[in-house]
Amino acid sequence: MGTEELIQSIQSMFPDASINMGNNFPELVIEKDSLLSVLNQLKSEPTLAFDYLFCETCVDWKSHLTMVYHLDSTRFRHNLVIKTNLDAQAPEIESACHLYRTAELHEREIFDLFGVKFLNHPHLRRILLTDDWKGHPLRKDYDDPINMIKL
Amino acid sequence: MDVKITPPSEPFPGTVHPTDGGGVLVSSLDEVINWARSNSLWPLVFGTSCCAIEMMSTAAAKYDFSRFGFEVARATPRQADVIIIAGTIVNKMAPVLKRLFDQMPDPKYVIAMGACATSGGPFFYNTYSVVKGADHIIPVDVYVAGCPPRPEALLHALITLQEKIKSGLTRDQIRGEMKAHGN
Ligand code: SF4
Repeated sequence: MGTEELIQSIQSMFPDASINMGNNFPELVIEKDSLLSVLNQLKSEPTLAFDYLFCETCVDWKSHLTMVYHLDSTRFRHNLVIKTNLDAQAPEIESACHLYRTAELHEREIFDLFGVKFLNHPHLRRILLTDDWKGHPLRKDYDDPINMIKL
Repeated sequence: MDVKITPPSEPFPGTVHPTDGGGVLVSSLDEVINWARSNSLWPLVFGTSCCAIEMMSTAAAKYDFSRFGFEVARATPRQADVIIIAGTIVNKMAPVLKRLFDQMPDPKYVIAMGACATSGGPFFYNTYSVVKGADHIIPVDVYVAGCPPRPEALLHALITLQEKIKSGLTRDQIRGEMKAHGN
């Protein structure tokens, strides 16, 4: 399936969501509540077979956070990016780790550095920083007056 | 006493008094020990980020620091003489670095390779995690500038360290010498 075709078939699966060609991958923007059902359909639909989550990350835009999921199909070798916006004050989203086991570690890292709370994650705790760390350092409003020299 | 730079043409410290059928070598034990030490410095396998790649290339065939006596990189601090801090030291790594240094037997030497190990380098501003210079944790003998330094620069640092050892002076003495010579 070519990229155009891929975009069309995903658009027809999710008529409410917007999908556009990004710099490298097609980008699908969805509501955060529909995340699990979207991932589930993309994974189980035999013509798409997105069976591999090769990156999961988060972006802090100050006004809101954006979760970014990079999917790959090991059978058809096509990719897709899924984006969804979260509230900056109390970011919360369903965990993807029951569909993609690899999300488990990614989500612990995102929790550690961005403070996104993943619902139904088996053991959401810090992974890189020490357990008693205060705050989430990749948030734009993070401040550490002792270690940070501001420019 | 001057900081004595031993040129490579002077392989062994001391003077030879020619006698019939050979010669008598006159030297001081300290000088011989320093000479021996400086020519067999085993580095610790310690690379924390990108500078380590450059250190590996310095160790590999093209630049080959074993020509100067650094060949045996040791994976245990108990057998190492010199620690080349090749890379960024983050707050979480700092206690590990300190412990490795403490576990090394005396005499031990430290080279801070690159901007990160010298000062925090590109991570000086706006970082919560990086130590602003490895000399906050352990004493450093030789600093190398660069991000990353070229293998030649690291070789120069290694040779500078050897000269420092051969001169037999402490850091304060060297500083005094340099002041006395106006630089
Ligand atoms: S000085 Fe530059 S090359 Fe060396 S570790 Fe730091 S960032 Fe990497």
